[in-house]
Amino acid sequence: MADLKERIAKRCAKHFVDGDFINLGIGLPTMVADYLPEDVIITCHSENGFAGIDILADQDTLDVNIINSGGQYVTALPRAKFFDTAESFGLVRGGHVKATVLGAMEVAENGDLANWIVPGKKVAGMGGAMDLCVGCPEVIITMLHTQKGAHKIKKECTLPLTAEKCVTDIITEMAVMKVTDEGIVVTELHPDYTKEEVQEATGVDLIWSPDLKPYDET
Amino acid sequence: MFNKIVSADEAVAGVQDGMTIMVGGFLGTGSPEVLMDALVRKGVKHLTVIGNDGGLAEGQPAGEFAGKTPRGIGKLLENHMVDHVIMSHVGVNPRLNEQFADGTLTYTLVPQGTLAEKIRAAAYGLGGVLTPVGLGTPMETNLDELGREKEVMEIDGKKYLFERPLHADYSFIRASMADEFGNYMCSKATRNFNIVMAGASDHTVIAAEKLVPVGTENPDIWQVAGVLVESIVEGEPAWQI
Repeated sequence: MADLKERIAKRCAKHFVDGDFINLGIGLPTMVADYLPEDVIITCHSENGFAGIDILADQDTLDVNIINSGGQYVTALPRAKFFDTAESFGLVRGGHVKATVLGAMEVAENGDLANWIVPGKKVAGMGGAMDLCVGCPEVIITMLHTQKGAHKIKKECTLPLTAEKCVTDIITEMAVMKVTDEGIVVTELHPDYTKEEVQEATGVDLIWSPDLKPYDET
Repeated sequence: MFNKIVSADEAVAGVQDGMTIMVGGFLGTGSPEVLMDALVRKGVKHLTVIGNDGGLAEGQPAGEFAGKTPRGIGKLLENHMVDHVIMSHVGVNPRLNEQFADGTLTYTLVPQGTLAEKIRAAAYGLGGVLTPVGLGTPMETNLDELGREKEVMEIDGKKYLFERPLHADYSFIRASMADEFGNYMCSKATRNFNIVMAGASDHTVIAAEKLVPVGTENPDIWQVAGVLVESIVEGEPAWQI
């Protein structure tokens, strides 16, 4: 399982290019930072208050005034810019944060996303997820393809939505997919799986790209 | 001559049972601890509290940097002083879900960016804000914090949710440094809601880590105008791990 998550995080990191300003969510998305290419400048947004997250702080680098959006003490890059919540989410809603990487409970064929609440369970709240999904031009979902075999990519979401028609890309351990007006298009297939197995694990009819490539694990 | 500098107990003396307060901080970072401690001493009850989250409980965050006491709004929750919270995130401090479960606390969830804009609208004289955030979600269908229905408006062919201003009786803010007139700045990631909450309430109170005489600092450093600040409390300690 850890290996599969690492595979997803590594593949997601390849999505980004020099100069990108992005937001990585909590959990698997945070792991993406470990695999970002080193010869480029990519700036990570921490929605609680700055652009330019570096790494987790230790006893020597601890600054009690710098946390990430998960509440962990982190360090800031020399190019970091600190801001208040209004400015932070102005950057988000204004479309200036190019991409957000998040997990999902359900993704629908049209890009609807549900990832913040399960009625009747402990309440966490949406935090900044709704703002990020509406504001960021690219919403990239990184997740295991199914929930222990149950479909997470579905015709329609059954859980309350985080945002409508927002997901642009889905990266799982099985495949890399794009959400299009025609439906969900598979662009890369992992060699451990057949097309049939991926289709079986998905609740919508997948469209296979004419340019289907092997999953980029380099 | 007027003097804004008061003790923490004097600063919270006007807070009554049932009032609405807003408190800066993000998971405890940037929360005004001396003001929370003073509210606990005063023992005020049935508050409605506006903030990003419920602060931290004792021992959070887990690991080597765990706190020895609750932080921020966590102190009010620990002492069962709150009836309703208006927040973007309620999943970290376990006191929140415990008190939701036992029926002593209710909540209204607001997306983080929308929460900041609702507060800013109250501070800066706007009738509300139009945002695309929340369309097609429970934010559109749920009632707002005062039980009012949400409105969807179409402007130039694009849909928006209309969000009303969010006003309180008191704003409690942490400043890293302030001058004796109330001009202040918040260091690094402590800014969060400590900027927009100034002026969004009838009374704005800041707790300053460092207080300097007027005119001793380069005025370019101040992030918020002292004219918004009614009371200044000195001696907010830097957070100790």
